[in-house]
Amino acid sequence: MSGIHTRFQMQLESFVLDAEFTAPATGVTALFGPSGSGKTTLLRCIAGLERAQGSLQMNGETWQDDKIFVPVHQRPLGYVFQEASLFPHLSVRANLEYGYQRIQPAERKVQMEQVVEWLGLSRLVERGDVASLSGGERQRVAIGRALLTSPRILLMDEPLSALDSTSKQEILPYLEGLHRELNIPVLYVSHALDEVARLADHLVLMEKGRVIASGSLRDTLARLDLPTAHFDDAGTVIEADVAQQDDKYHLTRLDFAGGNLWVGKVDRPFGSRVRARVLARDVSIATQAPQGSSINNILNARIAEIHDDGPGKVLVRMRVGDSQSLLSRITSRSRDHLGLVKGMYVCAQVKSVALM
Amino acid sequence: MATLDPADLQAVWLTLKLASVTTLFLLLIATPLAWWLAHSRKWYKGVVAALVALPLVLPPTVLGFYLLLLMGPHGVVGELTTALNLGRLPFTFYGLVVGSVLFSMPFAVQPIQNAFEAIGKRPLEVAATLRASLWDRFVSVALPLARPGFLTAIILAFAHTVGEFGVVLMLGGNIDGETRVLSVAIYNHVEAMEYSAAHLLAGCMVLFSFLVLLGLYLVGGRSARVTK
Repeated sequence: MSGIHTRFQMQLESFVLDAEFTAPATGVTALFGPSGSGKTTLLRCIAGLERAQGSLQMNGETWQDDKIFVPVHQRPLGYVFQEASLFPHLSVRANLEYGYQRIQPAERKVQMEQVVEWLGLSRLVERGDVASLSGGERQRVAIGRALLTSPRILLMDEPLSALDSTSKQEILPYLEGLHRELNIPVLYVSHALDEVARLADHLVLMEKGRVIASGSLRDTLARLDLPTAHFDDAGTVIEADVAQQDDKYHLTRLDFAGGNLWVGKVDRPFGSRVRARVLARDVSIATQAPQGSSINNILNARIAEIHDDGPGKVLVRMRVGDSQSLLSRITSRSRDHLGLVKGMYVCAQVKSVALM
Repeated sequence: MATLDPADLQAVWLTLKLASVTTLFLLLIATPLAWWLAHSRKWYKGVVAALVALPLVLPPTVLGFYLLLLMGPHGVVGELTTALNLGRLPFTFYGLVVGSVLFSMPFAVQPIQNAFEAIGKRPLEVAATLRASLWDRFVSVALPLARPGFLTAIILAFAHTVGEFGVVLMLGGNIDGETRVLSVAIYNHVEAMEYSAAHLLAGCMVLFSFLVLLGLYLVGGRSARVTK
């Protein structure tokens, strides 16, 4: 049985953690929810740092059930905490080597040179003192330190939340890179939707200690019955391929099943896969193809669902092609004026696309 | 006569031996005790902490008195040591060690406990996720990070034992070469109106204590700067 199967129950101060979910054996699974929803506690239970009632299977191996509790140091996992928590009494190199030295030589699949290259650590390793590193640099060392234990799963507890936005931007590309380099599942705790939309493949949504939804990122973000749909930055993600470069207008065409999008020039080779995010507030709806519009991206869509979204507003979920969803946040006045109903064919006007 | 007579030299040697042996035993006992006090959530942790701190407020003579009773021929400890063919502890060097260890316990436990508490759980959790077993975490993370606490504990326990008087007198008396430590020797000289001999010993003690503290603070200061 591959993948992660987990179920935990624990009495917390203000609520009961009662969480159960299954995550795939590859890719990034985000544990997403508001602060205090029990995400971190759940992650700590999975690591064995917290002892709760429950069970945990990791790729068919039992890490915890009624009888078994594998202690933390015997679980082949990597854990990145919110704060880098480097050992202050050890040098940068000794920090990186701490876990590496504690695994069997035969288990050492990840080597120092690889980690140094992936995380851009070459100059940092030569600097002895961890106190001389910036916040972003420390977190990169902490990630490297965890990876050097050649973990079979990587657990990350809001690794960016303690960083300023500059350090965040510095570290995000590395996280995306890891995603490609490593063939292990990553559990990523976050309360920032943009981070999740950028990094995750799979979403586990938590609220007050419970898992309220779980599924692929694309499908889950498109669901109107979940709280994520009512966020100001609600929206869907589109995985698309670079299909054409337009040097004259400095634009790139991205193709996906269901249509294409023109976006500001993307410096990536033909055919490479990119992830785009389209926010509900950036999509408007027209019942006929608009004439003389400045908007570049107008997609043929079919209304799949309409849902209230606070006073005077509605959320419309549309299908573009067979599998792609698009959300649009419009006023209820517009809905009534245009007579929008489920099943109707419309034109979705996409005002802006954010590339991830 | 400003020279140390052999008996005084003996007292100096005995004092240093007592302080060293006491400090060594204290480190062995105080380290696990401090670790337990820093991490336990048991209800009786407060009771243990209060017992450890008791010598801070008790007059040394009170502690010495009870130890004398306990270790004497009719005391529980006394009966035990007799049954084990160890003889009796009062009026012996090891009787003094037992008294000193108990008397200086808070000075060793508290700095180490504070140091362990200051480390917090996080570095140990990090080490656990990096495959370090409990013992490994203790040795490779907790001990080095608690080093300033250990240094303070060593200084305080040693100095406190050197300066001890009440417990020694109650428990060890005044036996030359066996239990007559510096503080007792000075007391004897003063009793006998030998002020110059008392001066010499007292002066040596002031100088020695200062040098020990100075040395340890200098070493401690440097290592603290290195690890920062």
